[in-house]
Formats: sequence, structure tokens, C-alpha cells
Amino acid sequence: MRKDYKLEKRKYVIIGFLLVIVAIYVVRLFNLQVADDKYKAFADNNAFMRKTQYPSRGLMFDRNGELVVYNQPAYDMMMIPRDVQPFDTIDFCNTLEITREQFDKRIADMKDTRKNPGYSSYTPQKFITQLSAQDYGRLQEKLYRFPGFFIQKRILRQYNYPAAANVLGNIREVSPKDIENDDYYSRGDYTGDLGVEKSYEEYLRGHKGMEILIRNAYGRIQGRYEDGAHDISPKSGKNLTLSLDIGLQQYAESLMVNKIGAVVAIEPKTGEILAMVSSPTYDPKLLIGRERGNNYNMLVQDADHPLFDRALMGAYPPGSTFKPGQGLILLQEGIIDLNTMYPCSHGFISGGLRVGCHGHGSPLPLKPALQTSCNAFFCWGFKNMVDRRSKYGSSANAFEVWKNHLVQLGYGYRLGVDLPGESRGFIPNAKFYDKVYGENRWSANTIISVSIGQGEVLATPLQIANLCATIANRGYFITPHVVKAIEDTVMPAELLQERHPDIDKRYFSDVAEGMRMAVTGGTCRLANLPGIEVAGKTGTAQNPHGKDHSAFIGFAPYDNPQIAVCVYVENAGFGATYGVPIGSLVIEKYLTGKISPERKYIETRMLESNTKIFRGNTK
Amino acid sequence: MATQNDNTSAFRYVDWITVSIYVILVIAGVVSIYAASYDYDHASIFSFSEFSGKQLRWVGLSFILGFIILLVDYRIFETYAYPMYFLMLILLAVTIVIAPDVKGSRSWLVFGPVSMQPAEFAKTTTALALAKLFSGYNFVLNAKGSNYLRALLIIFVPILLILAQQETGSALAYLALFFVLYREGMSGLVLLAALGAVIIFVVAVKFTETMILGMPSGEFAVMIMTMCAVVCMLAVYCRQYIVARNVLAWFVTAVLATFIADWCGIELPGIYVMIGIIVGACLYILYATLHAPAKRLLLTVAFAIIAVGFLFSVNFVFQNVLQKHQQNRILVALGIKEDPKGAGYNVNQSVIAIGSGGMTGKGFLNGTQTKLKYVPEQHTDFIFCTIGEEEGFMGTTLVLLLYVTLILRIISIAERQPTTFARIYAYCVASYLMFHLMINVGMVIGLCPVIGIPLPFFSYGGSSLWGFTILLFILLRLDASRREHHAY
Repeated sequence: MRKDYKLEKRKYVIIGFLLVIVAIYVVRLFNLQVADDKYKAFADNNAFMRKTQYPSRGLMFDRNGELVVYNQPAYDMMMIPRDVQPFDTIDFCNTLEITREQFDKRIADMKDTRKNPGYSSYTPQKFITQLSAQDYGRLQEKLYRFPGFFIQKRILRQYNYPAAANVLGNIREVSPKDIENDDYYSRGDYTGDLGVEKSYEEYLRGHKGMEILIRNAYGRIQGRYEDGAHDISPKSGKNLTLSLDIGLQQYAESLMVNKIGAVVAIEPKTGEILAMVSSPTYDPKLLIGRERGNNYNMLVQDADHPLFDRALMGAYPPGSTFKPGQGLILLQEGIIDLNTMYPCSHGFISGGLRVGCHGHGSPLPLKPALQTSCNAFFCWGFKNMVDRRSKYGSSANAFEVWKNHLVQLGYGYRLGVDLPGESRGFIPNAKFYDKVYGENRWSANTIISVSIGQGEVLATPLQIANLCATIANRGYFITPHVVKAIEDTVMPAELLQERHPDIDKRYFSDVAEGMRMAVTGGTCRLANLPGIEVAGKTGTAQNPHGKDHSAFIGFAPYDNPQIAVCVYVENAGFGATYGVPIGSLVIEKYLTGKISPERKYIETRMLESNTKIFRGNTK
Repeated sequence: MATQNDNTSAFRYVDWITVSIYVILVIAGVVSIYAASYDYDHASIFSFSEFSGKQLRWVGLSFILGFIILLVDYRIFETYAYPMYFLMLILLAVTIVIAPDVKGSRSWLVFGPVSMQPAEFAKTTTALALAKLFSGYNFVLNAKGSNYLRALLIIFVPILLILAQQETGSALAYLALFFVLYREGMSGLVLLAALGAVIIFVVAVKFTETMILGMPSGEFAVMIMTMCAVVCMLAVYCRQYIVARNVLAWFVTAVLATFIADWCGIELPGIYVMIGIIVGACLYILYATLHAPAKRLLLTVAFAIIAVGFLFSVNFVFQNVLQKHQQNRILVALGIKEDPKGAGYNVNQSVIAIGSGGMTGKGFLNGTQTKLKYVPEQHTDFIFCTIGEEEGFMGTTLVLLLYVTLILRIISIAERQPTTFARIYAYCVASYLMFHLMINVGMVIGLCPVIGIPLPFFSYGGSSLWGFTILLFILLRLDASRREHHAY
């Protein structure tokens, strides 16, 4: 036995070597496991596939509980490029009924970051969108053969009636801008476009859910993470009850066929919009599914602009429908009383200026002037107000007072309807004329045409209808709206508040009486329904696009108004020719549910008429 | 001499600390294998159709095997060391011929449903043979060159046979025996040289992007390192302080002059200038041998020449000798190449698995990286991942601590052996374990190239477990009889 004690010390070198290496490893492990968090995220990204679960979108019912808009499932085929493994492309193409070229193009498009800016091989990409249920069924059996592909269920809209497209709106895929503006959205989501779908998006869309699935190294799904304990279940969107009467809407749309213009019907007491037609309209089904893009382009390119909601975006000269409002202002300002009479010698003649009128008795007070739609009366009244410097100091001051009354009556600003894209119309102010004519260089005569709803004055059919509802209510209105109730939610207060213009209630009764007289013995006699007391006012608006626009406002029953209507038909001539018949039919249909036999001929005439042919130079 | 009765007394003197650590590691191994191969519709840990169940069977048999070894007369290991060694060499050679090709390697002998890898058992016989050689009468390693030759022969014959089986990892494990040679008197310079070679290799291969003085910065760094080493050797090893000072002054002046020339726009062939500087220093040192003890100064010169020569051969070896996948593994381990889908995939995923464990881990059976098969070979070579992911930093350090304790214990056992045979053998065991631990854990945590060797006692596999069990229990048997040698 030998033992070399010098050599024995070498064990310390060996032990030292071991300890140094192990210490290095422990430091490395500390860095990996404790100091650095990123590996946890890497591991989670590997193992967990977060699958969004789309909530069902809120349904829409009309005021009578008819289902108008509902959901249908659609299936998007998604792929995660990183997870795709070689597969039988021919089988794949056959199953999806696409050609190899389409397949290659689809892949190329997907990877093209110009067309698909959010491309990443780690996140789900849309391969084919909106497969039918049959395609889905066929595919589902084979899906396991195509690792990296999966099916994402989506909600598309479906419509029970080919009507009210302008009110309902539709849904579209979100744009990069939408995603930027709202955290809720991610690529491929749908959002409301136009109409109620857009303005009530936050109620309709609900809340997305998430399912956390476990994915193994081969991309196969192994099940749910902790049996779904961390999943978030989707919350359905709120159902909406619209104020529309879908039957009335359809009827009004049918009357407007081959005409360009709008019909707005409001329940005066509540401000609920019963029907809102913009003509020409389109079938909302056109904007569903894979054909949406093509159809949308077709509608955009249509010369009649069906996507333009004339009822609330179109700003028109209100013409004689402006006169009841004029009467209210003149009475309130004390320019006239019910006995004040102005002469009409087939028109208003003042200092070389002449505004034509038609044959009726002269001179005449307010109510008969409304009855006969006398231009001269309102010109004189306007002139007396704007030029009364003793009271207002200047024409400009007087005009400002006049304008403020109109604003109170809902003109010149957006009413605040619960639909996107509302136009504010146009009511000029004194500054406007100062700019055009120079300060103190204009008077009533310069701008006399605004007194009869011509000239610079513009209003939307919704604003005109709202004024009619205000008169029907004898002095107040509620902001018009198309949604009557939201499931489990209190309606926004501003949609229920009464708004009182600064005009005495009694003057409204006087103007209403004048409108009643127009129906019983004036310009709107065609609206004199059997058994229903209708009040109305025609309008015939000159315009630069050809024949006059034909307009009508009316409400009924006279003592307990249930409906206030505005009809506006572009280039259709006298208000009595199209406005009155269509308006009266809508009123009759709504109040009685049918058209009386003796008025059937009017209905037939309206259904069959075509005013598009009168359309002039549209530029 | 001991009587037959003394064999049973082995249990009285067996080192229970080592046995306990062994049992803990083996059981922890089975549990980890169960966790690593756990599937969601998995049966029990005891199911024999699963890895954990199979491993459990191997473990049971290992315990029996260990028990039997403790019953055997300790003298037969020394007596039959050479015959067993040669038998094993024959078996290794036969394996090359008859083994089926498994992923390019011919190292598995298949007997019906059971396969075994002779290379795992050859570790023991090689260790016994080496111990036998050293225990020869008056054998001193440093006494003559032929002793080295014999020792190296014992080590390298199995290495060559196993390399021929295409099992590079297993073959490299035998290099661990150089620790034993060092312990028994081999100059530490050999180990230092090996370390130096590794450093030169890593630096030269890793830093090839930027250029300094017209040569890759890695090569420049090796040159500077060589110069520093020469100065240090002169000062510390040769104790020739004046020579060291002069050489240092020469290096600093010459290198600075080169930089200034380069900065002034004189284009110099940097690499030859650097070689010239070193050669100049060497000539000066050779001159110095005339006045001082020559041997160590000559060694210093030899070192400088070998270092520079090695640097030039690195690129050649790397490009022309190593196979493509070996090059890739090295490049990935050095962080030169990012290849998360190819050569780097295993390491990348295993680092993610370990890193995601955090301080306390995700909990038993909750590891996603391992459960969902993101880490390949997770029940064999990458078993350490499962610990890292599910038991966290606490688990990994505890396991490392267990191994360190085991190895330190074996070294202490080695040093208390009365016979050279037992001491050498014990050092062999400690060296194998050290090497396996360093390479395996280093590979799993991304510090070493991927060399496919198992974590002893832990990794799945009967051959590996039995191989290490036999290795360890022979040591325990020898140790248990250490008191019987008073007769010497």
C-alpha cells in the first residue's frame, strides 16, 4: 500500500473544478428560471391556443314584436401558418371545391403584407371566409388531416324582410382603423356599418369569450386547459326593439318604388319613428356574406345612390311645408295675430320683386293662408318681421331672432336621431348674408324666398317630419329615434326627453287648425280620409335638378295624433300630386290597417307611377 | 485473509449515505419519467406499458442487481478485471457488426423484446481494467512512458470501438478518465492545455464577424491571450522575472506599434505581424535558456508554438473534420447560429421548458412543455427539463446538489481506500458521474453542444441505469471490504 500525500491534494483541484462548473450552472439556472420571465410566455404561447368565442349578436324586433334581424352561423377556415404541416393539397382543394391555382393565390394573398398587413405565421390567418354549412360539414370530417387549419364559427346577419335597409344597416369586417380606435376588436371581427347596426354596436355586439385549448408540439389540440376553468364564456349582445312598424315600412317603401325621395313617419307623443324610407332602397340581404364586397361596390356605383339615406342625410328645400313653422314664428313675435290679413294679388309684389301665387281670396289671414298655401301672406309676414327695425334694431337682428326660432323647432342642427350620418340641413344666419351681400346691405326683400322654404333654407325629411310631430303635439317634440327598447337596459335619457320650442302652445293649435283646413278644403283634399281627421300641408319646392320636388307633411287623428308623416319625392311636381297621396296612404294604412275601397285607385296610381323619368340634369 | 462469512458483513460496512442518494435519485428519476411521458389519457405510474412503469421494472431489477453485487466476493473484480475488459471489447466489436441501425448508430444489441447498449457497461470494465493496471506492483504512472501508453490504450480502445458504433456521446464520456490520470500524477498541464484548447477553439470559432488588424477578432484575441499566457508562464512557472518583464515590454511595444501603423494607414498583414511578434519572443526565450534552467523555458516556447499552431488548425478541423450536424450543434451552443427549428430546436425548447418553471415550478404533472412533447427526448437525455419546468429553480438546484453530494462522497470514499485498485476505481466512478452531469445538464440548459448522453440514475433506459448501478455498487462492495486489508 502506497499513498502519495502530495498527489492526494489534487483531489481539491478536481473538487474545485466540479464546484465551479456546478456554480456556473446554478447561476445559469437562476437567470433562466428566476431572473427572466420571457420563457414563461414562450411556453404559454407554445402550449395554449386562445380561441376566441364569438357572442351571438343582438336580434332586432319591430314595435309589434316581429323578428326583423337575426343571426345565421358562418364558418371561417383559419390557418396558423407555423403549425401547418405537409398535407394532401389535392384532397384539400377538392373538399373546399377550389382549384389549385385559387389555393396558391389565397396563400400568396395571405402572406402579402400589403393586402394583409397583420400577417404573422404565429397567429390565426383567414384562409377562406364564410363557408356554408354544407362545406363546413364536409370539411369537419377531414380537418384532422390538415394540421394547422381550424374552423372559426362566425355570426352573420339574416333579414326576415327585404325592407328598412337604411335603418337596420349591416355588418362588415373591421378595418385597421376600427382596431386602432377600439380595443375590443381584433382582426377579422365584425362591426356594424350604417344604421342601427352601427349606432347600437356596443349593445348589439355583446362580449367576446375565450376558450383556452392545449396544443401539443404537433399542433394537435389535446383538450381544454384545466377543463375550461380559465375560459371566458361569451355574452350575447342585447336584443333591440325597434320603433319601426315593419309592415308600415314595407308599405311605404312599396309606394316609393320608382321614385326618389323619402318618407318619415313619427309617433308624435313618443318621438318613435314608425317608418323611415329612403328611395331607392335595397334589399339588406345584399350585404350579407361573401358577396357583400361586390354588392357594396355595386350600390356605391349606382347613380341613384341607394346607400345615401335621404330621410336623414338628404337636405332639401322644405318649400311650403315650411309655412306652418313660419306662421308659428310670426304669431310668437306678434308680427301677426289671427286677424292680420295680407293681400295677395296672385303673388307678393314689393318694390319690383314678385313672388308668384295662385288663385284664392285676398286679402286673407293666417289660417286660410295655410289652407291655400298662400305665398304672399308669408312673404308679407316675413318682410314685416325682418324689416321691423323699430322692434329689432336691424334686419340682421330680426333675422337672428327668426333663425333662433327655427333652431328651436329642430331645424339647422342635427336632431340627434339614434342613427349615424344625420345631416344638419341648413338655416342661414345673419352673418351668412352679411358675407354674401355686405353688412346692412340686405333686407327682407333680398332674401324673401326663405320665407316660403326656398332659397338657402334646407332641411332633412326627418326635420320636416319632426316639425309636423311638434305641431301634432301642439308644442313639443321628443328627439326622433328608431330604437324603442334595449334588452335589460334603460334607454338613454336624451331619447325620451320632451323638448319645448320657445313658442306658445296656443299658436300651435292655430297652425294645426290651418293645416286641418288645408285637408278639408285646401291643397291637401286628397288626404281627407273617411272617418279620420287628418291635418296636412303640401310643399312644392323649386330646385336646380329639374321638375319641382313634391312634399307633404300631415298628422292624424287631429285631436289625438298617432302619426306624423313627411313625404318628399324628388322631381315629382306639385305636392298634391305625389306627396299628399303617399302621405295619406301611409296615415290610413297605419291607423286603419288597410286602404278603404274608395281610395284604392290612389294606392294603385302610386304603386304604379314612376317619377324617375322627370329627373332633370343631375349634373 | 477474509473468510466466506465476511462477504455478508459487507452490509455492515456499506456506505449508506451513497446508497441513500442513489435511491433518492433513482426514485426521483422514475417520478420525472412519469411526468415527462404523462399523457392526458395516461394510465398509472406503475403501468408497464409506459416509460415510467418500464423504468420502475428496471429500478427493481437494479436493486436486486446491487444486492447481488454486495454479496459477491470483492476479490473477483480485481482478479477478473482484464478478462472482463477484453470480453467487453469483443462484445463492443461484435455489436458494431450485428447491431441494427438505429438512427445511424449501431450500438444496441437486441434480444427479442429487450435491447441493451454494451457501451454503458463497458464503462465499468474499463474502470476496473484501469484500476487493475494502476494497482500493479510498484506501478507509478510517471515512472516511465510505457505506463502512460498502457493507460491510454485501456482508455482509447473502447473509445474507438464506440466511435465506430457512431455513439460519439458515449465515447466522449471515457475522456472523463483523464481526471483519474491527473489524480495519479499526470501533469496538470495536460488538463490546462485541454482547457486552453477549448478556449482557443470557442473564441476562434465564435468571434469571426468583426475584424481587427485585418484578421478576425477571435483570432486576434487568441494571439493576445497566448502572449499573456507566455508572460504569465515566464513569471509564475519559470520564475524568470527579468525575461518575463522583457517579453512583456516587447509584446506591448510591438502590438502598439502595429496598431499605430495600421491607424496611420499602413496596411500590414496583421496575422503575420502577430506571429512575427510571438516568434520574436520565442527566439529571445531560447536565448535566455543559455543562462537559466532550460526545461520550463522550452516548455513555454512549445506552448506558444502549439497555441498558434492549434489556432490555425481550428478552422481546418472545424470545416473539414467535423460533420455538418456536429458543426451546427457547436455553432448553436456558442450562440453563433440561431436555428430554432433545426439543430437548435431541442435546446431552444428545453431552455424554454426550464426557464418557464420559475422559482418553484409549475407543479407536478403541470408542465406544458414536456407534457405536450415540445421537448424531444424528454424522458431520456432531456429529463432534467421536467425537473426544471415542474419543480422550478428549487428542484434543479436540489438535484444538482444531490449529484454534487454524491460525487464528493465518492471522492471521499476514494481517498479512504487502502488499496490502489479501489481508489483508482472510485475515482473512475466519480469522473464518469462528473462528466455526465456536466455535459448533460450543460446541454439541457444550453451551455454545451448537444451530446447525447444520459443523466446518470435519472434518464430513462435500462442499460444506462444498470450500467451506473453496477458501476456504483462495485465501488460500494470494494469500500465495504476496505477494513480487510490490514494484511498488506
